[in-house]
Parts: sequence; structure tokens; C-alpha cells
Amino acid sequence: MTNIRLIARLDVKAPFLIKGVHMEGLRKLGDPQSFAERYYQAGIDEIIYIDAVASLYERNTIVDIVRQTASNVFIPITAGGGVRSVSDARELLRAGADKIAINTAAIKNPTLVSGIASALGSQCMVLSVQAKRRTDGSWEAYCDQGREHTGKSVLDWVVEAEKLGAGEILLTSVDQEGTCRGYDVNLVKAVSAAVRIPVIASGGAGTIQHMEDVVRIGGATGVAMAHVLHYDKLALADVRDTMRASGVSLRPFHAVA
Amino acid sequence: MPSPSVTIVDYDSGNVYGVSRALEHLGFDVLLTGNPKQIEQAERLILPGVGAFDAAWNLLQERNLIDPIRAFVASDRPFLGICVGMQLMLDEGTEFGNHQGFGFISGTVERISDVGADGAPHPVPCIGWYALHQATNTNDPVFAHITEDDAVYFVHSFAANPEHGDDVLAHSEYNGNRIVAAVRRGNAYGVQFHPERSGASGMKILRNFMQAA
Repeated sequence: MTNIRLIARLDVKAPFLIKGVHMEGLRKLGDPQSFAERYYQAGIDEIIYIDAVASLYERNTIVDIVRQTASNVFIPITAGGGVRSVSDARELLRAGADKIAINTAAIKNPTLVSGIASALGSQCMVLSVQAKRRTDGSWEAYCDQGREHTGKSVLDWVVEAEKLGAGEILLTSVDQEGTCRGYDVNLVKAVSAAVRIPVIASGGAGTIQHMEDVVRIGGATGVAMAHVLHYDKLALADVRDTMRASGVSLRPFHAVA
Repeated sequence: MPSPSVTIVDYDSGNVYGVSRALEHLGFDVLLTGNPKQIEQAERLILPGVGAFDAAWNLLQERNLIDPIRAFVASDRPFLGICVGMQLMLDEGTEFGNHQGFGFISGTVERISDVGADGAPHPVPCIGWYALHQATNTNDPVFAHITEDDAVYFVHSFAANPEHGDDVLAHSEYNGNRIVAAVRRGNAYGVQFHPERSGASGMKILRNFMQAA
């Protein structure tokens, strides 16, 4: 079996955890580290931190949050937002991140993908894709939190990035993000069919059924949750029990005493 | 009695900090160093590593760490290779051509299959949490109190293929393919998974290594 990964996505505007709709209208929710610790205790499989403002204002703010989290949370941590170079990536790894998610800088300079893959390993090179539906049914990759067109087709871009050495794809639907109306299953299905590397579906989780659909129909091997966790709409224990009962394979987990 | 100390080989191969934080959290004294003399004289030694086999080997070579690590392992003090650090314990790696490893464990490191046992394609690298299945009659102290209910975190495209079955302590399964998850020869242990990223189960294994190996 492929064990599906349940992933908490925490978008950060340091020092706050934030959440918006379609990546806009951001609200401050609290201290990201305490949310991450709570999800760890409840059995989340991975944590993703995305610095929502770093690539707009050209500064890094997430390093300290990663460093603090890595002292108490002993599961994989992915960090991204504003990573522009191998040395930025290395700084996050040194702070305790395991993987680095890159969107904007990779689109501007695709050799950054191969640079990070060869210097630090493909396993830490997560391609972050912000996809928006086009009227013809295809998808375009956006950057800067879903605001900027790139003209790149999502399907062409993920294939190119896989060849350059990306080890994983964090695939966010800008259309669905923050709506709680379900993932863009067709998008995830198309990307999963186009690459061999694992695909994490992100954007739109509202119910457990949404997660089952994006795994079963979309072929995602990781499902990212944000709103449903941050606003306590779903409990991880229920997510696990329900998904298992419907035949999705997950890791064994017992709450830490 | 002072808490047992462990030396972690710092050679710029990925996240050595995760390993040191986990051990510090457990209350052990951690020395993170790339100094050949300190490595050779360690009480216990951990060799982490991510990325490609040859890249990791070259980093060790550039820092003159191959011989000190060999000398350490030859002395039969407790050694733990993690992920690529474990793969380097084999004779040879096959990622980007054939490359020599330490040869503490006979065998090679091979790319994991692109398909499951049923022939259906699956993602490579294999990323995720999988249960550990221990070899029967092992009762290894490093895996004490680890059951089939303990899952650990893997991220890899290559895996060890030891020549001798009795060097294998535990395996996992990825869509029906057997993956060598832990090896041991003498006091040299290797784990393909990341105990420092495997929650409470990984912490148990690290604590066992520190106290029992």
C-alpha cells in the first residue's frame, strides 16, 4: 500500500498563522508554533510552513518559526515562501526544516530546482505550484500567492520540474483555496498522471469526503489541510478513522501519552 | 552518572539539526562536529545523510572523514547510519553510476521499483510513514518495545540490498515491495527511515540506541 499522508499547512505572516480565501483577505489566527505542536500531538504526518509575504517583500521571516518548531515537533517539516537561492534553502534546513518548497523563484529561474536538487538532494526540493483554472479547462501556474500570471501551463511546468530534480509537488488550487468546497480533483488527477513523484493536494478541504475523493479519484498521496484544522472544523482522529473505514491506507498512530 | 553522549557527523549533507534536536530533547549530550579526531574518539557516532550516495561520499572524503569513521566502526563502539548514512554502510551505491561505500555491510544500494508487486506504477521517491516488520528472533535492543504498530517516516528512491539476510533487522513494505529498513553488523546499525522525524516511535529507537547499543 501507499500510505496517504495527512499534512497540516500553515501559512505564516510572521509572527502569525494566517488564513484567507483564494490566498487573499488574510486573517491572523495566532502563534503558528502552538498550532503545529497541537497537530503533532494529534498525529498529523507532516507540517508545511509557507511564508505568505516573503516573496512579495523580498525578506525571510520564517527561519525562526521553523527553528522553534523543530525543537518540539519530530515529524517532517517543509518550509517555503521567499526561498530564492541554494543558500536560502540551506539556511532553512539548518534551522530544522527537512524540505524546501519553492514556487516564484523556480518559475523565474528553473535552474534553481536542479541547483537545490544537486546540492541538497531531490528529497528536499518540493515544487510548490499555485494553479488557476483557465477557461479552456487547462491550468496556469501563478506566483506571488496566486496574484501573478506566469503564462506557464501547470502540466508542462510540473513535467519540466520533475526532470530538473523536484522530488515532490505541493499542488495548490487557487480557485478552491479557502473555500472548503473540495479540492480541484481534476487538477490533481491531471498532475498525478503527468509525473512519477508524489503529489500533495492543497486548497479546498472542507470535509473528509473531499480528502477521500482527491486520494481515490485524484491520485494524491498527500492531502494538505488548513482551514478545517485551524478553525477546529475537523478532528484528526475522526479524519483518520473515517478515511481508514473507507479503505484509505494510513500509518498506524497512537496518541502520545 | 552523566547522560550518555553522542557525536553526530556534520558534513553539510542536509539536515543534521533534526537529529541533534531530537537527541537533545531526549536529554542526551550531543556534539555536532566535522572534526576527524573528535569523530574517531566519539563514544557513540551517528552518520546522518540525505541526497545522493556519491555526493554524500564525496563530502565525507573532502573533509577527510572516511578513515576516522572506518576506525570508529572497527573499534565496535555503537554506530548509527541514517538514510544515506545507512546506504553508505554498504559496499556499493548505484545512484548516478557505481560508487564505493564503506562496506560495513556486504551488498549494494539499488533504486526501488517503479511499480508495486501488482505491477501498478507508484510514486518514486517513496515518501511517507510505514510500519516496521522486524526479522523474527532478533530481539535487538535498539528495536526494543517497537511493534508492528510503530510506523516510521521514509523518504528515499534507493534502498539497501544486503547480501546476507542476517544483517537485516527490519523491513517495511511499499506496495508489496520489501524495503530493507534497518541493518546491523556488530555494533554498526543503519536505518533507512528517519527516526528523528518519526514522532514517538522514532524517539524510542533513538533512546534505545543511546541506552542499549
